[in-house]
Amino acid sequence: MQQAQTAISGRLPDIDQRDLAWYVDKLLQFLVFIGGISAIILIIGIFTFVTIEGFGFLLEGFSFKEFFLSEWWEPTDEDEPTYGILALVAGTASVTGLAMIVAIPFSLGAAVYIGEFSTGKTREALKVMVELLAAIPSVVWGFIGLSIMNPLIIKLFDVPVGLNVLNAGIILGLMAAPIMTSIAEDALKAVPDRYREAAEALGATRWQVIYKTVLPAAKNGLLGAVLLGVGRGFGETMAVLMATGHAINIPGSVFDSVRALTATIAAELGETAVGSEHYQALFTIGIFLFLITFVINLTADLIVRGIRKS
Amino acid sequence: MVMPAEQAGVADSGQQAPAKIEVKDLSIHYGSDFTALSEVSLQIRENEIFGIIGPANAGKTSFLKSLNRMDDFTAGMRISGDILFNDINIRAVRNVYALRSRIGVVFPLPVGLPLTIYDNVALAPRLRGINEKAELDVIVERCLERAALWDEVKDRLNALGSLLSGGQQQRLTIARALSQEPEVLMLDEFSIAVDPVTTMRIEDVLKELKQEMTIILVTNLVQQAHRLADRTAFFLNGQCVEIGDTEDLFSGNVKDSKTQDYIEGRFG
Repeated sequence: MQQAQTAISGRLPDIDQRDLAWYVDKLLQFLVFIGGISAIILIIGIFTFVTIEGFGFLLEGFSFKEFFLSEWWEPTDEDEPTYGILALVAGTASVTGLAMIVAIPFSLGAAVYIGEFSTGKTREALKVMVELLAAIPSVVWGFIGLSIMNPLIIKLFDVPVGLNVLNAGIILGLMAAPIMTSIAEDALKAVPDRYREAAEALGATRWQVIYKTVLPAAKNGLLGAVLLGVGRGFGETMAVLMATGHAINIPGSVFDSVRALTATIAAELGETAVGSEHYQALFTIGIFLFLITFVINLTADLIVRGIRKS
Repeated sequence: MVMPAEQAGVADSGQQAPAKIEVKDLSIHYGSDFTALSEVSLQIRENEIFGIIGPANAGKTSFLKSLNRMDDFTAGMRISGDILFNDINIRAVRNVYALRSRIGVVFPLPVGLPLTIYDNVALAPRLRGINEKAELDVIVERCLERAALWDEVKDRLNALGSLLSGGQQQRLTIARALSQEPEVLMLDEFSIAVDPVTTMRIEDVLKELKQEMTIILVTNLVQQAHRLADRTAFFLNGQCVEIGDTEDLFSGNVKDSKTQDYIEGRFG
C-alpha cells in the first residue's frame, strides 16, 4: 500500500518545474493554433485572388447600374458588350428558393423520423442511406434532371421545354436534402434525453414533446442546417447548369428556363481570353457570389447568437 | 514533498497546524459587474477538514474554482488577491498541471468518464507514467476500496464507468480523485447524487483520509459540516461571514448572529 502511494507522489513534477508533458502541451497548442488560423488565411487568400482577377473590370468597364439592374448579359456582343447580372441573380434565387421549398419539409421530416421515432436497425439503415444519398455527385443529379425529369415535365405539364426552374429546383432540393437531414438529425441528437423525459412525465404526447421541447432546444442547429442548404443552392454549379436550360431569362413561372450565376462562370470561363474584360467580369460575379455567401453566413451567425442571448 | 509519516504527528493536535493553503484578500468577479466573492482571507491548515457552508450564490464553488486555477477555463472570471499553496503563489507557478495534480476535485454531479471503471481510476497514474499492470492493480483496488465502491464493481472492472448509477459514479469520481494521492481534496457538495447510507460510508472514509491529506468540504448540509469539519467557514452573498472551530459554531459560540440563524435553519 505504502509503495503505491509513494510511487505516484515520486513521479509528480514539482509545481515550479516544467516537465516534458508541459512542453508537449505547449507545442501541440501551437500546432493546433496554426491549423486554426490557416482557415482564415485561406479565405483571405481566395478573396484576394478573386478580387485581383476581377479588379480591372471593377475599375474600368464596371457600371453599378448596368451590372445589377440590367437583365442583359451579352459579353460577346461585338458592338457593345453588356454585363448585367439581374437575370442570373433571378435564376439562382428562383432555383434556390424552390429547392428550399422542396428540401426543408423533406429534410426536417426525415430528421425528426430518424432522430425521434425510428429505432435500432431501421435507424441505422436510414442513416447510412442518407449519407449515401449525400455522396451522389452533382453531375449525376444533373443527368437525372436532363434525362428523366425533362421528358417527365414535358409530358405531365404539356410545356415545350422541361429544363426549367421547376426541374432544377426539384433536383437541387433533393440534392441538398440529405446533407440537411444529416445536420438536422445531429442537432436533434444533441438535445439531452432528460428534456424529453421531463416533458413526457407531464403527459405530453410524442408530437407535443417534439414540438414543445425538442425542436425549440435544437432550433440553432436546425437553422444551421437550412442555411447550409441555402448556401449549397447558391453555390451548386453542375446540376443547375444541366437542369435549368441555361437561358438568360427573368422567370415568369416555374416553367421558364433560367441561368444561374455559377453556371455562367463555369460555362464561359474556359472560352474567354485570360485578362480580357469578359474574363474579369466573370470574376466580378465570383466576388459577388463570395459576398453573398459571406452575408448568408454572417446573418446565420448573428441570428444564432441572438437566440443564444435571449 | 511531505510524507504521510511526517504528517501523522500533527494530524490531531488541533492547534495551529501549518497552513496548507493561505488565501489573502481574494475577490472573484464574473463579467464586468457581478461579484461572486469579495475580500476573503483565510487559512486552511494541513490535515484538517475545512467545511464551507452557506446558501446558494454565496461564492462557495467560485472559491473552490480559484484554488486550483480552474478559472483559466471560465471566460469572464477574474480573480484578485493572493492564494498560497505550500507557501507558493499559485498565480506564479510555472507548471499549473502539476499544481492541479496535487489538488483533487469532486464536483457535485458525478462525472464517470466514458472509459472502463478500471481505466477511470488508472487514468491519472498512467498520465504520470505508471504503466505496470501490477502497480496499477494495487492503486485501482485501493482507491475503489476507499471510495466504498470496490465490493460493488470488483467483478466488472471492465464495464463502462459512465454506465454506473449516479451514486456509484460519484464514488468512482472520488476514487479517481484519490488515484494520484492529492495533497488537498476538494469536495463540492459531493453527496447530492448519493444515497444516505453511501454518504455515511464516504464520510467515514473522509475522516480517515484527513490523516494523509487536507480536505475542503463545501456542503449544503449543515449537519454534514458538523459531523466532519474541524473548522467551518460560513459564506453569505460573496462574503466570508465567519470562520471558527466547528464545535464553537454549532454550540452557539458565534460572532455574527447570521451564522447562528443559518445553522439553525432560520434562513437559506
